Amino acid sequence: MEKSNSKILFALIIFLALFPVVVLNVRAIGHYLDVMIFVGIYSLINLGLSLLMGYAGQISLGHAAFFGLGAYSSGILCTKLSLSPWLAMVAGVCLTALVAYIVGVPSLKLKGHYLAMATLGFGVIVYIFFNEEVALTGGPSGFSDIPGLTIFGLDLNNDLYYYILVWSLVLLTLVFSLNVINSRIGRALRSLHDSEVAANAMGVETSRFKVIIFVLSGAYASIAGSLYTHYVGFLSPSSFDLFLSIKLVMMVVVGGMHNIWGALLGTWLLTFLGNEWLHVFRDFDILVYGAVLLAIVMFLPEGLVGLTPKMRWLWKRS
Amino acid sequence: MGSENFSTFLSVVDLRKSFGGVQALNGLSFTVESGTIKAVIGPNGAGKTTLFNVISGVFPPNTGSIAFDGESIEGKKAGEIARLGVSRTFQNVEVFGRMTVLENVMVGRHIQSRAGIISAGLKLPRMRREERQIREGARDYLKFVGLEHKAGELAGNLPLGEQKLLEIARALATEPKMLLLDEPAGGLNTRETEGLAALIHRILERGITVVLVEHDMNLVMDISDEIVVMNFGEKIAEGKPKEIKNDPVVIEAYLGEEVDYSDL
Amino acid sequence: MERISLIGQLTQYLFTGITVGSIYALVAVGFNIIYNVTEIINFAQGEFVMLGGLIMVFFTAVAKLPLPVAFILTIAAVTGVGALMERFTINPLKNATVLTMIIVTIAVSILFKGIAMFVWGKDPYIIPPFSGSEPIFILGAAIQTQTIWVLLITAVVVVLLTLFFKKTRYGKAMLACADDPEAARLVGIRVNIMVLISFALSAAIGAVAGAIITPISLMEYDRGALLALKGFGAAVMGGLGSFYGAVVAGIFLGIIESLCAGFVSSGYKDAVALLLLLLVLYIRPSGLFGNVEASKIKEF
Ligand SMILES: Nc1ncnc2c1ncn2[C@@H]1O[C@H](COP(=O)(O)OP(=O)(O)OP(=O)(O)O)[C@@H](O)[C@H]1O
Ligand SMILES: [Mg+2]
Repeated sequence: MEKSNSKILFALIIFLALFPVVVLNVRAIGHYLDVMIFVGIYSLINLGLSLLMGYAGQISLGHAAFFGLGAYSSGILCTKLSLSPWLAMVAGVCLTALVAYIVGVPSLKLKGHYLAMATLGFGVIVYIFFNEEVALTGGPSGFSDIPGLTIFGLDLNNDLYYYILVWSLVLLTLVFSLNVINSRIGRALRSLHDSEVAANAMGVETSRFKVIIFVLSGAYASIAGSLYTHYVGFLSPSSFDLFLSIKLVMMVVVGGMHNIWGALLGTWLLTFLGNEWLHVFRDFDILVYGAVLLAIVMFLPEGLVGLTPKMRWLWKRS
Repeated sequence: MGSENFSTFLSVVDLRKSFGGVQALNGLSFTVESGTIKAVIGPNGAGKTTLFNVISGVFPPNTGSIAFDGESIEGKKAGEIARLGVSRTFQNVEVFGRMTVLENVMVGRHIQSRAGIISAGLKLPRMRREERQIREGARDYLKFVGLEHKAGELAGNLPLGEQKLLEIARALATEPKMLLLDEPAGGLNTRETEGLAALIHRILERGITVVLVEHDMNLVMDISDEIVVMNFGEKIAEGKPKEIKNDPVVIEAYLGEEVDYSDL
Repeated sequence: MERISLIGQLTQYLFTGITVGSIYALVAVGFNIIYNVTEIINFAQGEFVMLGGLIMVFFTAVAKLPLPVAFILTIAAVTGVGALMERFTINPLKNATVLTMIIVTIAVSILFKGIAMFVWGKDPYIIPPFSGSEPIFILGAAIQTQTIWVLLITAVVVVLLTLFFKKTRYGKAMLACADDPEAARLVGIRVNIMVLISFALSAAIGAVAGAIITPISLMEYDRGALLALKGFGAAVMGGLGSFYGAVVAGIFLGIIESLCAGFVSSGYKDAVALLLLLLVLYIRPSGLFGNVEASKIKEF
């Protein structure tokens, strides 16, 4: 791992360790721990999405579907078949990875707008499936009473424990992703983004890597879905709609899509905005989202992390 | 084998490629001997870059065959052809602009390395060792073209001349048997072009066969063993530099093209 | 209750299909106009339809304007929206990557959706049909009069657009841009202006679609996305960039969807349309009609 990455990672771990200590002692923001769990869950998806968009240069407007497949797999297997949640999670990852592979192989042959529309279409199809297969999914009203997670007999049905679980998984996934980025695979992906024809000429198996990353990002999203299910205990299709797919892409773009830290920053910011700070706007948050996204792509194409070099420069000058 | 030096290494037979109405390659045939420099020249739009694109697998030819090192490669994918030992540079430089110079060359080591996504993500010891080898190998190639002092810079920030050298280092890093250079001297000054000539000779000394597309006639006449002249996708002449220089057909083709007059 | 004969049912579904299909066709044509000039797929295309419908609601039901006036004002308003979108978001972003363009148009679509929700709330709106609400009976099927309006107006739009591209200076200039933007620039066509016109024109077509369909299918703030997806499906099936291909494919898609809703499952009708889109993308991205080579040549 590169030095700057280790530093940021270290800072992140310190922040994550201090966060509950501070938050749990200040009453007004006690529930921030809950928000932070959602940040973790969405971060898990967006780490994959960032690999896909920022490094493989491929867009997906259907990642809510993978998130949903993980969530419903866990929900259904745990309630209807009384499977152990951890086994269900693994089963969910396998199923989602398989679906991602089947959809990914033909979709990733498509470029740009076509790919965007294909993934969008896929996402909507899965959403319709969640709505229509009432016997399996409970239809539009969903189903509840999904058991929580336990580990070695320890009940994780507690915000602090769940926070630790989710963020440990995020950190592991983050390190795994950073390792991938700084390996021959990461270089191959980045090269593909800069010049596909040259990457091909160097023997980079373009289509294979795109599919691998697509499947990997689907698997991340599936794990996130399982964690979501067991935390919320309730599932309905509206949590996995088209707008979520778009919001996920937005988080990655706002933070900075060519940088995995950007994905985390964007996820953190937009989740807190959406769950907390925009509550004054109630339903009209969508208006704010649109404006923020538009402003970022128009004026800060590198996302918020694009500001850091400028800030460093200002810092040095003062 | 004694005759190895002069065996046919690349043979192109009756290659055709059209884009809509444009016949970019129109029944082109020629061969390249192992261990030599073959230049391909011709006026703008003659089909030289198209020839390279077809050989290196950017797109397949409409008809015709290409044999490289005893294997037929027409229509194969770019990656497969790279693995068989053909590498190339690009007329309109195609460096990976947002990666460092060293990383660019490390991508060149791609086909010489194995690590998969699991071993990369988990940083298994096997993968660490390989990564070190990739890095050291890449440095060697940078040194070979004289860019080691730029290793940490973003490739997109290099001046054009150095980007062209970087492309050569990257191509060499794949350990090719044959190197296709598409106008490597385009945009270089006289001194840089001299350096390039020396570099091409050193590449040849490594046992790599070179096919060169170039508009700089001094360079072409100076270093090539043989020259193929193309016009409108066809071969109009072939021979040693001296023969080509005095070939009336060639002069005619170039004189017809005012822009290129100065090149002669 | 009298049982409707199979023929009657079939006729009913066909008419429904052709009606929605006309809307998909108009959306697809809107996609094509912008795509041909700019190679951008405008993800906000469905939003133009939504705005057309809701603005029409405002002019007829709230402002109580006579129908033709309301119709024209609606088109004018949405055309203005399209032009503004181009000036403020597309025009400043020269040389942006495809990914950026996708995200920009998505951002605009979210913004439009948000604005619509802010102004009109979440409830669907309806307006009375353009003329009489008594259905016409054909082969035992009850056909709403608005259906006739939809078909008629769609046909008029297609004819007018054909005339525009074949006869007018601007239309021909846009064709030239579609053919080869560089060459167009060289012969003195202001590509910049053509891009603006393409957005304005697409918005206008979207507005027409929204205004004529609202009496049948109602309109609410979040209808844009699905309309865009299906319109895009039609555009791809017809061969992206092809004008008549889009019209035929749009109507085809509408019929398939309607038959599916009638005979198979109404819940899955959207899924079937989208599945069809995916299949076309995977198997014949050049469209169902023309061959691969022809599909690369852009036309209106
Ligand atoms: N990908 C392509 N699509 C369409 N036409 C192409 C393509 N590549 C080349 N052409 C056309 O084929 C012809 C030959 O082009 P090519 O680039 O091979 O010429 P060249 O000999 O390399 O010229 P130059 O000396 O200018 O580099 C030209 O008319 C060109 O416009
Ligand atoms: Mg060329």
